[in-house]
Parts: sequence; C-alpha cells; structure tokens
Amino acid sequence: METMGFLGPARGGRRDQARAAPVPSDRDVAGLTLKTAEAMQMETMGFLNPDRLNALVLFLFFCTLVLVFISLARRGGRLYIRKIAGLNAIDEAVGRATELGKKVLYPPGIMSLDENQTIASLAVLGHVARMTARYNTELDVPNKDPLTFAAARETVKEAYMAEGRPDLYNDRLVHYVTYDQFAYTASVTGIMVREKPAANFLIGSFYAESLLLAEMGQSTGAIQIAGTAEIAQLPFFVCSCDYTLIGEELYAAGAYLSREPAQLGSIKGQDITKAAVGVYIITATILLLLGSGFLRRLLTIE
Amino acid sequence: MRFLRLQLPLLLTALAGLIPISAFFISENATRVVWMKDRLEKYMIIIASFAILLGVVNVVQSNIRKIERRQKGWPYGAFLLAGLLGMAFCGIMGAARIGPFQGIGYTPDGGRTPFQYGAEFMFSPLQATMFSLLAFFMASAAFRAFRARNVEATILLVAAGLVMLGRIPFGEMILGGHPFLARLTDWMMDWPNAAAQRGIMIGAALGAASLSLRVIVGIERSFLGVEKSE
Repeated sequence: METMGFLGPARGGRRDQARAAPVPSDRDVAGLTLKTAEAMQMETMGFLNPDRLNALVLFLFFCTLVLVFISLARRGGRLYIRKIAGLNAIDEAVGRATELGKKVLYPPGIMSLDENQTIASLAVLGHVARMTARYNTELDVPNKDPLTFAAARETVKEAYMAEGRPDLYNDRLVHYVTYDQFAYTASVTGIMVREKPAANFLIGSFYAESLLLAEMGQSTGAIQIAGTAEIAQLPFFVCSCDYTLIGEELYAAGAYLSREPAQLGSIKGQDITKAAVGVYIITATILLLLGSGFLRRLLTIE
Repeated sequence: MRFLRLQLPLLLTALAGLIPISAFFISENATRVVWMKDRLEKYMIIIASFAILLGVVNVVQSNIRKIERRQKGWPYGAFLLAGLLGMAFCGIMGAARIGPFQGIGYTPDGGRTPFQYGAEFMFSPLQATMFSLLAFFMASAAFRAFRARNVEATILLVAAGLVMLGRIPFGEMILGGHPFLARLTDWMMDWPNAAAQRGIMIGAALGAASLSLRVIVGIERSFLGVEKSE
C-alpha cells in the first residue's frame, strides 16, 4: 500500500498522474480494518498542496531570513541601510513649508488598508505629522478611502500627542473627500491650486490620477516627494516630482525613518532574499541556454 | 484598555494575515481554512461599507461647519451638500421603489430613473472631463522632462521619440512604409522596458512581503496609530 504521507494528492496535479496506486484487498490486522488505497485517498486527503511546495519552501526561507535578522538587530547588531534621497528630503520639504508659512499636503494614496502601499504611506505620514507638530506647520490629509481615513486620523493624532502638541491637533487636519477616483482628484487638485501648499507628499497607491496630481502640484511650485510601487505610474512621478521613492524604497520608508532595529533587520533579510533571487535568475538563465530547464521547473508554481 | 487598543488589533491582524497565506499553501480539501479565507474577504467588504458611512458623516460635518462660519469657498460646500443629498435621496427612494423612483438604473421601458439620469448626465461627464486632462498634462510633462540635460535624459529623449514615432502611422510613412520603427518600438517595449519593469517588480514584491511579515508579527504598527513598539 502506498504511503500517502503528509502531502496527500493534489487534484489535477502532475504527481497523481504519475503515481499508480496499488489496490490491496481488505484485511483485518490486530482488529483494525485497512481500507483500499482509493478509500484512504478519500478519507485522508492531504493537508498541503504539493503543487505549491516549492513556493512554501521559498516562503519559509524568506521568513526565516527576515526573522533571523530581526533577532540579530534586536541583540544590538549594527545594520547599514543606504541613503534614500526622497526620505532624506522630507525634512527639507516640511522645513520649506514652515518657512513659507504654507501647508503640507499629504494624499495617502487611493487604496484601502488592505494594500501594502497604504500601510507604508501611513508610516511616512506619522513621521511627517510629527514634524509638522514640532514646527507648527499646517498639515492637510485628504482621503479617498474611508478605512484609510480612519487609520490616518489615528496616526496623525498619535503623532501630535507624541510630540507633546495636542493643542495643535484638530480633526480637520485629516478629512474624507469622496470614494470616486476622479472626484477625489478634482478635490485635491483644487486644494493645490487654491491654497498652494509648499510641500506635496504623493506617497501610496495611485493610478490614473498620479499624473494629474503630480503635474498640478508641479505647476504651483511645491516641492514634491512621491512614492509608489505601481510600475505604470512611476514614470509620471519621476518626470513631475522632485524625489520619487521607487517600489521597495516605499516599503522600507517606515524602517528607514524610525531606525528601529527590528524593522531594519527585516530590510536586511529582504535584501539577502533579493540577492538569492538574482543569483537564481542568472543561474537558471545560463542553464536554460545550455539546454537544462531544471531550475526553471523547480520554482514553477501550479 | 491596552488590550483593546493594541493587543487585540495586533492579534486580529496576525490572524487575518495568516489565514489567506495558509489557504494558498493548503489543499482544497482543507475546506475549513478555505472557508475562513472566503469569509474574511466578505467581512472586509461589509466593514468597508460601514466605513463609508463614517466618511460621509465627516464630509457632511465639515461642509456644514464651513457654511455656518462662511469660510472661504463656502458656496462650493453648499453645492456639494446639495449634490450629496440629492443623489442620496434619489438612490434611497429608487432602491425602495417609492412613487416615481422605480429603481436606480434604467426603467423597463428604457427610460432613466432620476438616479441614473444624475449618474449618466452629470457624474459621468465630470469624470470624463477630469480624465481628459491627462492628455494635456502628458504633453506638459513630456515637454518638461524630455530635454537633453545629461546622458540619462538624452537616452530618455531618444527612446521616447522613437517609441512615439513607432506607435503612429506617421513613423511608417516617413520610412516609405517600412515597419522598422514599429518593430523597434515593440522590441524596446518587450525587452529592455520589460526587463526594467520586472526588476522593479521583484524588488517591490519582496518589499511588500517584508512589510506584510512585519505587520503580521506586530513590528509595524503605523496603521494602528502607534509609532514605536510599546
């Protein structure tokens, strides 16, 4: 009788076609009845999907690396992280707004809290809010998504409390606009034209409105720091903004600004994984050119 | 209080993060996990629907305050509230099918309900107007960005020029009908451009995975309004 093990069969996968399960007869062994292989297949369906085992191994490798480096960082290991110009310019942007006596505008993207870019944006918003509280600069955070609005309000309130300036906080700093993409864009561009903020932070998930927002902000003379992982929108931000956080720089922003060891450790683990992926791609390409698709098949996910 | 404000949200976040990840690696036979994942997606939609009420209340409050105090731009606030209340009235009455408001779409005889009229003849043209601004902003961004200030900008300028010519019939016309520019454009989009995009995507995907892991294990708490680990 074939041992099914922990994996079990996958429906429609390659492996169950290759296997030919023997069909023993029923028999009693020490009072227990062993059923046929088919009946066992029905009763003891595997827990893990064997067609995604390779992805699970990669996932566990990644998690292990990140957690190991977080642990090392917490024990006092010094971790280097390269300079990110866009994040270093946050101080400059808020300082400019303070000197000019104008506001800082911070649209945190148009997607909800289930989007990683929004969470990354809120991390930067907390840092910006602390600076505006410290320098008594006006902050304006218009929101498109209601969940993001609620989280952004909490983030800004906590930042002002942490800076010891609860007197400067009021609920009008973070406000909800509308759920429609272009109605939101019209509102934010209207704020830019009427109130002419000195600094615009376009950090988060943006789509078609990215160029509208960036160009309008550029036309008003504001210093603009953008950041998104939407590949299609990056060229617009790069052309129209002074600084752009590209992809992983946005996700690293929270760790970069807080300098918390645990967060820096996760960046290190991520970088090691990226290096490993790079080595894998080069090796697999060379092997493919030599006629071997082994490495490519190894990480193909069904 | 600390449990409700910090520990419970972190616990819920960890569960909400681990269930979909587990569902990806678990076979379809483990129906309980897949069921939980499907349920979580439905709960998200329900919570988002309630959250919209929060947003609407905020919009109404802030605009009423602006009108009461006659702040700068208060007529626009009045106009916004009129539109909000008008469409809400037509939508609610139409959903309840009261009187002349029979639905929120088209009537069986092909006519438009008041809600559909507002959406089709007021809202959609305004959306299209905003979207059409992209063409003009694209031109102004290109005019400003495509200048030969340095080596990288010159490469960008040449590449942009070739792609623009390759995408329009004029490019083929100036070469006497030869599709060289179109093929060059396709090659540039399929090879160097795609390679660069994939490189950025790999980095971004790993960054997102790292951030997700930090959120699940509770190291990243910015979305709770808590900055440092407490």
